[in-house]
Amino acid sequence: MGHILGYIVEPGLLSSGPVRTAILVGTVVAVTSGVVGVFTVIRGQSFAGHSLADVATTGGAGAFLAGLNQFWGFLLAGVSAAAIMELIGVQRRRGRDVATGVVLGAALGTAALFLYLGTQTSSTTGASFTILFGSMFVISPDTIPALIASGLVALAVVAVLSRMLLLTSLSPELAAARGVPVRAVGAAYLTALAVAVSLSAVVIGAVLSTALLIGPAAAALRISRRPGRAMIAAAAAGTAATWLGILLAYDSSYWPPRGHGWPVSFFVVALVIAGYLLTYARLPGRRRPARGQQGEAEEAPACSPA
Amino acid sequence: MFSGLMMNTWIAATIVAVIAGVTGFFAVLRGQSFAAHAIPNGAFAGAAGAGLLGLNVIWGLAVFAAGGALGIAALGRRARQDVVTALVLVLMLGLGALFLSFSTEYAEVTYSLLFGEVFGVSSNVILPIAALGIVSIALIALMYRPLLLTSALPEIADARGVSTRRMNLWYLIVMALATSMTVPVVGALLMFALMIGPAATARSFTRRPEQAIALGVAIALATVWAGIAASYRTNWPLGFFVGVIAAGFFLLGQGWTAVRRRGPARRPAPALSPVPLSRTAAWRLIRPPRTPERAVPTRVATARSGKKG
Amino acid sequence: MPELAEDELLRLDGIGVRLGGRQILRDVSFTVRPGEFTGLIGPNGAGKTTLLRVILGLQAPTSGRVLLNGRPRPRHAGRLIGYVPQKLVIDPDMPLRARDVVALGLDGHKPGFPLPSRSRRDLVTEALEAVGADRFADARVGELSGGEQQRVLIAHAVISRPRLLLLDEPLANLDLRSEQGIVSVLASLAREQKIAVLISAHDMNPLMRETGTVVYVAAGRAAAGRTDDVIRPEVLSALYGSPVDVIRVHGRVLVVAGDEQAHHPLETGIVTRMGGG
Repeated sequence: MGHILGYIVEPGLLSSGPVRTAILVGTVVAVTSGVVGVFTVIRGQSFAGHSLADVATTGGAGAFLAGLNQFWGFLLAGVSAAAIMELIGVQRRRGRDVATGVVLGAALGTAALFLYLGTQTSSTTGASFTILFGSMFVISPDTIPALIASGLVALAVVAVLSRMLLLTSLSPELAAARGVPVRAVGAAYLTALAVAVSLSAVVIGAVLSTALLIGPAAAALRISRRPGRAMIAAAAAGTAATWLGILLAYDSSYWPPRGHGWPVSFFVVALVIAGYLLTYARLPGRRRPARGQQGEAEEAPACSPA
Repeated sequence: MFSGLMMNTWIAATIVAVIAGVTGFFAVLRGQSFAAHAIPNGAFAGAAGAGLLGLNVIWGLAVFAAGGALGIAALGRRARQDVVTALVLVLMLGLGALFLSFSTEYAEVTYSLLFGEVFGVSSNVILPIAALGIVSIALIALMYRPLLLTSALPEIADARGVSTRRMNLWYLIVMALATSMTVPVVGALLMFALMIGPAATARSFTRRPEQAIALGVAIALATVWAGIAASYRTNWPLGFFVGVIAAGFFLLGQGWTAVRRRGPARRPAPALSPVPLSRTAAWRLIRPPRTPERAVPTRVATARSGKKG
Repeated sequence: MPELAEDELLRLDGIGVRLGGRQILRDVSFTVRPGEFTGLIGPNGAGKTTLLRVILGLQAPTSGRVLLNGRPRPRHAGRLIGYVPQKLVIDPDMPLRARDVVALGLDGHKPGFPLPSRSRRDLVTEALEAVGADRFADARVGELSGGEQQRVLIAHAVISRPRLLLLDEPLANLDLRSEQGIVSVLASLAREQKIAVLISAHDMNPLMRETGTVVYVAAGRAAAGRTDDVIRPEVLSALYGSPVDVIRVHGRVLVVAGDEQAHHPLETGIVTRMGGG
């Protein structure tokens, strides 16, 4: 038994500094993303969540170029993108998607510019790779406080707004009739999303950020219809995927092709997807969500702002 | 700027803009902007993998683009479209990360597939891109009416027996086809911007679908031509200009829509009283169907009787 | 099995639907004849939409059968049955005019690109005129009001000359004027063109002037027949399984529960109409 354990948990895993940082950071991101992600899925804003991650990395590239502290670049880019999306988009989902797409297009174009200018000034050949895919094992420890703070801010906003968020997500007309400022709540939520996503994107890459935002939340919502339970399940699932991903990534340095190791982002994404697909399995005793029933967050038009 | 080498660039970009304008119309109409982003980006990951295996990148692009399209179509039946798109995207990018981590020359490969190398396009790429463009547009034209019906009125389409699922799959495959060839030229991110921005702008200025497609193509062409000129002058990446110019056009369109909607009230309310018989008299000119099954009249027959009155 | 009448357009025999562990519909049977204007009445959630979906072939019944013109329902009765669904949300920015939507009703199922043709345009114009939508034929369909959109969708549904037109709660969310307009349009279509109309509603009063037959759905079961035969206390009480009263005031019908628990939504509908007379 110990022999097998020793094989799975390679020597030096938990004593490695970078690994400990990765675990801590990954946990914060997974929990925040899981909670915020539940609302993202309910509101049908997965595209916005992904776009904000891409935009945040643009901000990072820009800040790096300008020699500024990267975090403020990420946050600034993410939050202003959220504001622009909210302003030029309409509350209707289709209009919002298009606005998101246009903002994303402009932001990515700007990222191209920053990367190009970056190559002019210095030789940052690995820049695009890290910006997109992140590098969990090379996080500098002094970013941790900022990360935790931003996570807490996002969670706080979501917690304060949770009831209003649910109402506006399920039925904007009803919410408006009850005096809920639908537009303001939507804007506040998008800002929280930007904050949550920006830092995670920066730290672990845009790809991973989206995976941890959407995957666990979507899986949790398939299993449980109550948002509160779904948030807990999503946070737990995301954290589990992150830990296991870190473990496998660390182990993989002993796998072929060389002593290079496979990227963490790949493992976490694969685990998140696997978890999601598992929710489609017909387990005995688990009631499959019936088609046509109202209030099921998974099914398309019923409970998203139309 | 219009020398021999640059001609290839202009031609290739023109073809890409036309393809983007046509496919983009439906992406915006169907609310599949996310898929328009996900499929090219996922395709890029496949290209990296193909490069790794020593294959032509086109195979990687095509396989991943098609796989992405199929994944979104298949999973999208049972779950929300945007969630499925996000997961398919991250899966493909995750695989891309894996492939790129094995390779040593990832930086240039990544950059060029993401942002394109339109200024380095060689003439032997022009013909395949043109051929592919014709095929994509032909496929759209072939299913134009059912596509329009299922995009605009999905519930009614299903009730009439026009399968929204089949049309969804058809459209996503066409998008995969269109992007897999254009990505090496203009890059994944650019293709996306050209598909969404111009189509979104066009709909602000016209109410007719055919005009919206034409206008979308025109705006895409204007965007990419202006971008090439600017990029040539400044040496800045084409993607930057395309992204910003497309956004600029979009804002113009939004502004116009806002002005238009605030304008004077248009028309009076429809008649309150029951529709007078005289209005329905026109219906008598259309011969009712003989048997229930053949409910659709032949156009020639009705046109003739229509002109009698 | 009773003999099929010669002129039966649609016939449901013992339709039952079970969804997610619940018996939504149980032993529902009725017929619709050509040109008949029938109300499909029942409280919200009674299963009216499910019933319409069964007729359209979008929902497979767990028991019973659907017959069209005496034959089992074919897989796609597409052109035989026109359909106007409930709560269609149309993007206001969508580049489609009312005219384009109606044209899709004519040939939206055919592949290829529509070639501009005079006869096509004329057919579309005539359909728009028949529903009183010609004034806004060139407006963006997403920018039309609820009532205007309804008319456009009706034109879309009837332009291909179906024999049967199904409408799912078309009068919900409409103001009084628009309601009356829609009912008039539908009634004239039924009369002039011999199109059978089956219109679902939770309030039968706007339809009272035009419908002679009604299918009343409640508690998963249905009673069908002439309005006066069905809208009776004994029939409805048997349906609901609890005491129900039928009150007629000023030509309006009010269905009221006999006890506290079975609160019927028809009640609220009536109160607002009493003032209008």
